[in-house]
Amino acid sequence: MQRESVKPAPFIYHDPQSRADLHDLLARLENTKLLAGGQSLMPMLNMRIVAPDHVIDLNKMPGMDGIAIGGDHITIGAMTRQANLHDSPDIKEHLPIMIAALDHVGHFQTRSRGTIGGSCCHLDPAAELPALCSLYDAEFDVSGPNGARKVAAQDWFQGYLQSALAEDEVLESIRVPLWPAGATYGFSEYARRRGDFAIAGAAALFAWRFDATIDRAAIVIFGVAPDPVRLRELERDLIGRRLDGEAIHTSAVAAKRIEAMSDPYVSGDYRRRLAGIMVERALTAAAQRAEMAA
Amino acid sequence: MSARYFGAAVPRLEDPRLLVGRGRYVDDISLPGMLHAAFLRAQVAHGQIRGVDAAGARTMPGVAAIYTMADFALIAQGPMPPMAPHPLIKIPMTYHPLAMDEVHHVGEAIAVVLADTRQQAEDAANAIHLDVEDLPAVADATAALAADAPQVHSGRDSNLIGTLRGGFGNIDAAFAKADHVLTETFSMHRGGCHSMECRGVIAAPDALSEELTIYTSSQSPYMVRRHLAQYLKRDESTLRVIAPDVGGGFGPKGNVYPEEFAIALAALTIARPVKWIEDRSEHFVATTQQRGQVWTLDVAFTREGRMSAVRGRCIHDNGAYAPYGLILPATALASFPGPYALEALDIAIEVVLTNLVPTTPVRGAARPCTAFVLERLADRIARHLNLAREDVRRRSFITADQMPYTTGMKARDGSPISYDSGDYTRALDLALDKIDAAGFPARRAAAAARGKLLGLGIASCVEDTGLAPFEGATVRITPAGKVVIATGAASQGQGHRTVLAQIAADALSVDIADIAVDAGDTGKFPLGISTIASRIAVTAGSSVELAARKVRNKALKAASFILEAAENDLEIESGVVRVVGVPGMQVSLGEIARALSGSAGLLLPGHLEPDLAATAYFESNALTFAYGSNTCEVEIDPATGDARLTRYVVAHDCGRLINPLVVDGQIRGGVVHGIGNALYERMVYDEIGQPLSTNYGEYLLPLATEMPDIEIHHIQTPSPRNPIGVKGAGEGGTIPAAACVISAIQDALGAGAPFIGEHPVSPERITDWLDAMS
Amino acid sequence: MSDTRRITLIVNGRSRTADVETRVHLADFLRQSLGLTGTHLGCEHGVCGACTIIVNGRAARSCLMLAVQANGAVIETVESLGDIDALSPLQKAFSEHHALQCGFCTSGMLMSLEAFLRANPHPDVAAIREAISGNICRCTGYQGIVEAALVAAAERRGAA
Repeated sequence: MQRESVKPAPFIYHDPQSRADLHDLLARLENTKLLAGGQSLMPMLNMRIVAPDHVIDLNKMPGMDGIAIGGDHITIGAMTRQANLHDSPDIKEHLPIMIAALDHVGHFQTRSRGTIGGSCCHLDPAAELPALCSLYDAEFDVSGPNGARKVAAQDWFQGYLQSALAEDEVLESIRVPLWPAGATYGFSEYARRRGDFAIAGAAALFAWRFDATIDRAAIVIFGVAPDPVRLRELERDLIGRRLDGEAIHTSAVAAKRIEAMSDPYVSGDYRRRLAGIMVERALTAAAQRAEMAA
Repeated sequence: MSARYFGAAVPRLEDPRLLVGRGRYVDDISLPGMLHAAFLRAQVAHGQIRGVDAAGARTMPGVAAIYTMADFALIAQGPMPPMAPHPLIKIPMTYHPLAMDEVHHVGEAIAVVLADTRQQAEDAANAIHLDVEDLPAVADATAALAADAPQVHSGRDSNLIGTLRGGFGNIDAAFAKADHVLTETFSMHRGGCHSMECRGVIAAPDALSEELTIYTSSQSPYMVRRHLAQYLKRDESTLRVIAPDVGGGFGPKGNVYPEEFAIALAALTIARPVKWIEDRSEHFVATTQQRGQVWTLDVAFTREGRMSAVRGRCIHDNGAYAPYGLILPATALASFPGPYALEALDIAIEVVLTNLVPTTPVRGAARPCTAFVLERLADRIARHLNLAREDVRRRSFITADQMPYTTGMKARDGSPISYDSGDYTRALDLALDKIDAAGFPARRAAAAARGKLLGLGIASCVEDTGLAPFEGATVRITPAGKVVIATGAASQGQGHRTVLAQIAADALSVDIADIAVDAGDTGKFPLGISTIASRIAVTAGSSVELAARKVRNKALKAASFILEAAENDLEIESGVVRVVGVPGMQVSLGEIARALSGSAGLLLPGHLEPDLAATAYFESNALTFAYGSNTCEVEIDPATGDARLTRYVVAHDCGRLINPLVVDGQIRGGVVHGIGNALYERMVYDEIGQPLSTNYGEYLLPLATEMPDIEIHHIQTPSPRNPIGVKGAGEGGTIPAAACVISAIQDALGAGAPFIGEHPVSPERITDWLDAMS
Repeated sequence: MSDTRRITLIVNGRSRTADVETRVHLADFLRQSLGLTGTHLGCEHGVCGACTIIVNGRAARSCLMLAVQANGAVIETVESLGDIDALSPLQKAFSEHHALQCGFCTSGMLMSLEAFLRANPHPDVAAIREAISGNICRCTGYQGIVEAALVAAAERRGAA
């Protein structure tokens, strides 16, 4: 049973500065924790919710951060700080939805350290950045002693606080495929207080045809189920339709049908209700952006 | 005497040190040879301790000792002395410094580990093998009253500590003749104080003397000294208890805690200084909480909407112990009838044990609960009669010409409670006027056009302040010409140093920069009570005024002798006594102090007693009553149930303001605490007493983004009951705030909504009500 | 068995070298090893903000960093802002607008706002409230802090 504490249990600290060293440590050591920005792991260490024998700090690793634009995608190093994403002109141009989401990720004092890779490996159900990875069908580049592999977003999420990362692997980067020019987004979440983990949120992307009907859609709900939930059936149904009041209403109704978690503070019913409202708001925002662009 | 400082918004003397990071809180103090303590605490809400095996833990790196209660037997034993004995408590229900045989709530301390670092102490605490047999626990006060409920303390035959009963008038007659009677139930949830500094203690025994020095983050250093001395069977003179800078108190730091005793016992046993700093996870399970009450009340009223009588019952959750006696339920009771001129009242408060952290006063100390039920009843009457809520209040208030008004209730010492002064309708009208109640319908319509529900909230309150018996102060002028005030009144951020210095500066006609204040150190002043119950401005403030007047008179007498001038011809200005109209004929207060400090072989001027100093204890023989009305606007998003304060107005009368900056700060902080109670703060336990809210992701404190600006308007009716005309201001912000917010939510939801008699209110709950209406 | 490292860092303009146990967080290191007790610990799980300092120019929670991670870093704490006789404009505004009572959250508030105002010279009330939403104050109700930040921002603009 966990006892009251806010000082970490003893561990051995490692700060590898090369892939070889990192992979060697991952291959060799048992009961390890990877330390990225520390905004989730450090509280858990302080409260002794986790007590690893070894902490492997990724902050000295070369080449694990940065934003690179490819032709049709953007690659973000796992150790890229949330603050750097927030301030990046590239992100602003190519992934403006991420800026909108980052405004809700903790506070500027935690975004200064927190990383996208850390968020995507910790996988709090309400975390915004993993939800965006799901929304974009991002690809997770992973390395380990046995080489590198790529994990599709739909395989990355393995349940509550559980990613597809193996014990001896590290997340290197996230490859986000870009949507065509003219695509618009909507993002909405509800939390009791600024910076809190959302009770529910939704993000949506739409690519448009010349006649203002939907060419492609992606809608994700977060905070409601253990993993981000893509509304894939709805996304298919929306293709060829206009994003009008009726379509938005249909979408909100679909959102309210997803499985939802209950906890001592918030019921599943309420989360479902919010899921519908957040989808409605995200879709409305996406439609408005499309209208303004037209 | 000039009023150069009294009443002025003087920036605080406390600030510069705190702003540059040179505050000195308990954790900032480090003593040579000091060990760090960690407690092993109960992980079950009720259990029998069968064994504590620390053999392995004792050999861990850095560990100096691990103690249980048995290890202290040679120094002291038994339960701690009760802080406020009450005839209904036949057997004191206080903690042992460390639990003996049975634990009664999660977080009760069982063993203490001393080590070179806190980290090592925690390592060892985690390595202790604790064998505790689970016993049935009860986490709900109503459930605890059931005949077959588990006993919170094995061996007791009931979880009911006792029933406090109070009232006045002929209750049956009042109800019999009433035009209308309604019954409502109310429930207020537990929350914590959550001072940003947790508790902390250092105990430092002096190897060369008998003296034991305790630094503690406490509102009550003198109570710690008194009770610890009693427990250790020592003379109080061998204990020095210091409350250094304290990072907020809000009530719970007014208690004497088992950790304070355990750390003292541990330090005496190992003969080294020992430090324990409560961490936030401990704060959730070991610092007292408040507000868990369930009420069922009948209210009688006339067809015109005058509230005439209230009767009913309260179930008060006292937690697993009664360290502070029955102070909370007694305060809840004594807070009736609030601002209302009731003809009759009959209230029974059942004080019930549960296997949870004990409840003791948190900012407002049960007054917010009483204000909540009375204010909700006033709103309920208005709704029933389709009257304006303010009209019910205007018709029910005690009027200004009824002052002083004897309520019919009794104070803690048994004396009748009498409101000294006030004009409740004036405060209500002011709050309504300042929020522009007349313009509210238009604002509501504008919000509706945006799809939002806007509600106007109203709540009033009366607050007893200046609790008996006394605080005291010594005012001394040193030979350097500086003024030093020593007082027992400890401070947790209220700005006492500044306001006491303001009073003394005016009384002595000196510059405030020349005044220093020593407070909260039993080594610097002989007696003190506690910084609780909004009492320091009245008690310590008046004491400083009285002592400073004596010093002034003594200085004039001495100067009269030194300058060979009549006292009537003297004036004091900027620390210098002058003969009026005779330039150059003057002597400074410092010079007088030097003369009164004496020189070998010389007589003192005017045969005065040595020392340019005086001590006064202002005895607060009768409470003085602050009051006020609050209004606010809450905007609800009907889609999510989100409720947000958009405006908040306070009309408040706490008598003469010593420092408006400080008073406004007290009120604003208090209001925000009340908003937290109304909307955010929920301490959740499961049915067997496991706390589920144990961090700041789960327990929601008010943040800057959700809080409104709070507009404050003062009425200044001088209190006739103390020499400086003040009333307390520390809790007046909190007391009506939750009632005001809930009143606004009810108003926003509209006529068809269910009656709201609870807090905190979550967005989900609001959507439940909205759904029930549609 | 304790795992220690030698670290060198710049704290408030001064180079400091020390041996630290690797599990010690930066706030404990600043307070205990360097004696900089102006940085306070209110929750040690990264929510209350009392331990906020500036690390390499950015505000961060010092309870959510290991001291060993600060090797090579440039750290600013509340002790760097001003002196008792020479308060910084922000500190002065805090006093004048009664933005502090017990003083415990104050260091973190000041460091958050210091970092925020450097990057945002023209903040409005909403932006300031958001900037301090990661710092909990139980005493003031926040209003005085917001007023102080507005005044300090104006003063900084004037001085610049």
